[in-house]
Amino acid sequence: MSGHASNYQPKSAFAKWFHERLPIMDMVQGQVLDFPTPKNLNYFWTFGGILAVMLLIQIVTGVVLAMHYTPHVDMAFDSVEHIMRDVNSGWMLRYMHANGASMFFIAVYIHMFRGMYYGSYKAPREVLWMIGVLIYLIMMATAFMGYVLPWGQMSFWGAKVITNLFSAIPFFGDSITTLLWGGYSVDNPTLNRFFSLHYLLPFVLAGLVILHIWALHVVGNNNPTGVSVKSAQDTIPFSPYYTVKDAFAIVVFLMFYAAWVFFSPNYLGHAINYQEANPLVTPAHIVPEWYYLPFYAILRAIPDKLGGVIAMFGSILILFALPWLDTSKVRSGNYRPIFKQFFWLFVINCIILGFAGSGAPDNYFLSHEAANPDKWALTYKLVGQICTAYYFLHFLVILPLLGLLETPKPLPASISDAVLARSNPSTAHVPAE
Amino acid sequence: MNVLKTLAIAAAGLVLSFGAAQAEGQKTAKDISYSFEWPFGHFDREQLQRGYKVYKEVCSNCHAMHQMSFRNLSQPGGPEFSDEQVKALAAGYQVQDGPNETGDMFERPGLPSDRFPSPFPNEQASRAANGGAYPPDLSLITKSRPGWYGTINQLINGIGGPQYVYSVLTGYTPDDQLTEELKKEQPEGKYHNPYFANGHWIGMPPPLSDGAVTFDDGTPSTVDQMARDVSAFLAWTAEPKMEQRKRTGFMVMIFLGILASLLYLVKKKVWADVH
Repeated sequence: MSGHASNYQPKSAFAKWFHERLPIMDMVQGQVLDFPTPKNLNYFWTFGGILAVMLLIQIVTGVVLAMHYTPHVDMAFDSVEHIMRDVNSGWMLRYMHANGASMFFIAVYIHMFRGMYYGSYKAPREVLWMIGVLIYLIMMATAFMGYVLPWGQMSFWGAKVITNLFSAIPFFGDSITTLLWGGYSVDNPTLNRFFSLHYLLPFVLAGLVILHIWALHVVGNNNPTGVSVKSAQDTIPFSPYYTVKDAFAIVVFLMFYAAWVFFSPNYLGHAINYQEANPLVTPAHIVPEWYYLPFYAILRAIPDKLGGVIAMFGSILILFALPWLDTSKVRSGNYRPIFKQFFWLFVINCIILGFAGSGAPDNYFLSHEAANPDKWALTYKLVGQICTAYYFLHFLVILPLLGLLETPKPLPASISDAVLARSNPSTAHVPAE
Repeated sequence: MNVLKTLAIAAAGLVLSFGAAQAEGQKTAKDISYSFEWPFGHFDREQLQRGYKVYKEVCSNCHAMHQMSFRNLSQPGGPEFSDEQVKALAAGYQVQDGPNETGDMFERPGLPSDRFPSPFPNEQASRAANGGAYPPDLSLITKSRPGWYGTINQLINGIGGPQYVYSVLTGYTPDDQLTEELKKEQPEGKYHNPYFANGHWIGMPPPLSDGAVTFDDGTPSTVDQMARDVSAFLAWTAEPKMEQRKRTGFMVMIFLGILASLLYLVKKKVWADVH
C-alpha cells in the first residue's frame, strides 16, 4: 500500500511465527492503527465509516431475511408478512433492512456532496472517486432489485417501468429486456433472478469497498483545506483519534436510523406496496423510492424515450468525468468563493429535481391539480426540464469555466497552519503559494 | 454564501411541505385520534375486542383477513383474549382440512393455529357475489390506504390509514341527500362515498347501522363507535407487533444515547492534545 512503513514488532514467539507467514497484523498496524490522517478532518469525513457500517448491517439483516423469504410470485408477498408476524423479531429485521436502504442512500449522498465540495475527486484521487461512482451505480441496481422482492404493487410496477427502459436501446433493446425479465413480461423468472442478483451484488459492493479503501490508503485523505499533507506535523494516527471520532458519529447516525425503524418504519416506503402485486391493475401513480427521484425527473424531462434513458444514465456516468471537468487546481470549496455558491445551487437543483420526479408530469408543480394544457404552466415536467438542463450545465459548462475564470482565495501554507490560524486568529493570514 | 445556504434550507423546507399524489376528488379522511398514535401510544385492549366483534359480525361476511390466525387474538400487544376464549372462538368456525387417509377433504372445527377462513373461495366467486366489486382483504388495509397526503403531514400524523377506514365507514352520503347531478351519474348498485380512494362510487352498501352489534362491555354501538373500534382493530391486524416495536425502540434509543454520550466524552479527552 502507501509509502507508510509500519512499526509493527511481533511481541510473542507465536506472533513472530505468524508474521513471517502472513503479515496481516503488520497491515493492521500500518493501515488501520497508525495510518497517518490529516488532523483537521471534520464530521463530514465520518460518513465513509458510517457507510461501511450500513453495508454490513444490510448484509447481515439481508442474509437472515433470505432465510425466511420465498422468491415466488404466489408466495413472496405472504412470506414477507410471515416475517413481519411470525418470525421472532422478523419485523425488526425487515424494518432495519428497508429503512437501512434509505439511510445508506442518505449517507452516500452526504459522502458524495462532501467529495464534490472539498474537491476530493481531483488529482491524485481520480481513481478513488471513480471506484466510488461505480459503488454508487451498483448500490442503485441492488436497491432497485431489493424493492421488487416484497412483490407489492409498487414493486411490480416499478420493475415494469424500469426494465422497460432498456427496450429503448436500439437493436438490442428487446433482447436485453427479455433477458432481464426471463420471459416476455415481469413474472416469476424476473423475481427469481432479481432475488439472486440482490443477494450477489452486496458482496460485489464489499469487494469494491475494499478497492475504494485501498485507493484511499495509497493517496491518503483529502481534508477541508484541500492542501496536501506536507509533514508529519499535519497528521495524527488514525487510532485512537479517528476511531473514536468515527465511532461517535456512527452511533449518532444509528440513533437517527433507529428513530425511523422503531417509530416511523413505513414513512419512507409507499403505502401501496402493502397491496400484493396485481398485473391487471395499474396504480394511479408509479413513483420510485425517494433516492431515485432526481434521476426519474431527468428521465421524464426528455420527450423521447431513448433520449430520456441516455440523459438518466448520462447524469450518473458524467460523474466519472468529474475529475477532468473541474479545471481548477484548488481542491477545497472553502477557498473558491464563486464555486462555493454554484455548489450550493447544484445541491438545491438536485433537491428540486427530486420533487420534480415525485408528481404527475402534467400537474402544476407542488400541487395535485392538473395544469391547463392550452396555457403555459409551471408543471412538474417543466421544472424537471429546467433542472435537468441546469444539472448538465453545472458539469459541462460551469465547472470547466469556473476553474479558468475564478480567482481563488490564498491557501494556507499547510494543514497545521490552517488549524493554528483557526484556534488562534492573530497568527492568521500567512498566505502561501 | 450564507444567503445561499439559508435559501437552500428554506427551499428544502418549503418543498418538503408538499407531497405525493392524491387520487382525484378523494376527500381527506376525518382526523380522529386513536390511543395508539405517537411513540408512546398503545392499543386499547377493550377497543380491539369490540373491534374484533364488529369485524366478525359485519365485515367478515364479505372481507377476508388471511394474514391473521385465531391464535393472534391472544398474543400480547393485541386484543389479548384469553386462550380459552380463542379456542372457543376458533371452534365456532368450520375449516377444511385434509386429505385424510382415504384421500378426501373434510371439515373440522377451527383451531387457534388456523388462519381466519375467507368468506369466498376465490376472487371470481367474491366478485360474483358482490355485484362485480371485490371486497379487499383487510389484514393490511390500514397500511395500504392513506387517509391523507403531504410529505410533512404524513411524517407527523402518519398516513391516516385507520382514519381512512373510519371515514369510509361513516362517510356515506344517504341516497336521499344526493344532488340531482350525482343521481344522474350514479352507477347501478353503487353508493356515494367521498372518502373512498377509488373514485367516490363504492360497491359496498353502508355496512354499519346503529345497534348492528351488541358489545359485551355495554358500550353503546353507535355507527361512530363501531367505526372507531373496527378501524383500531384493523390497525392492529396490519401491525400486530407495534407495541413490541415501540418498546424495543425506547430501549434501543436509551442504549444508543448513553453510548453516544460516553463516546463523545472519550473523543473530547483523546482529542484534547491535538492542535
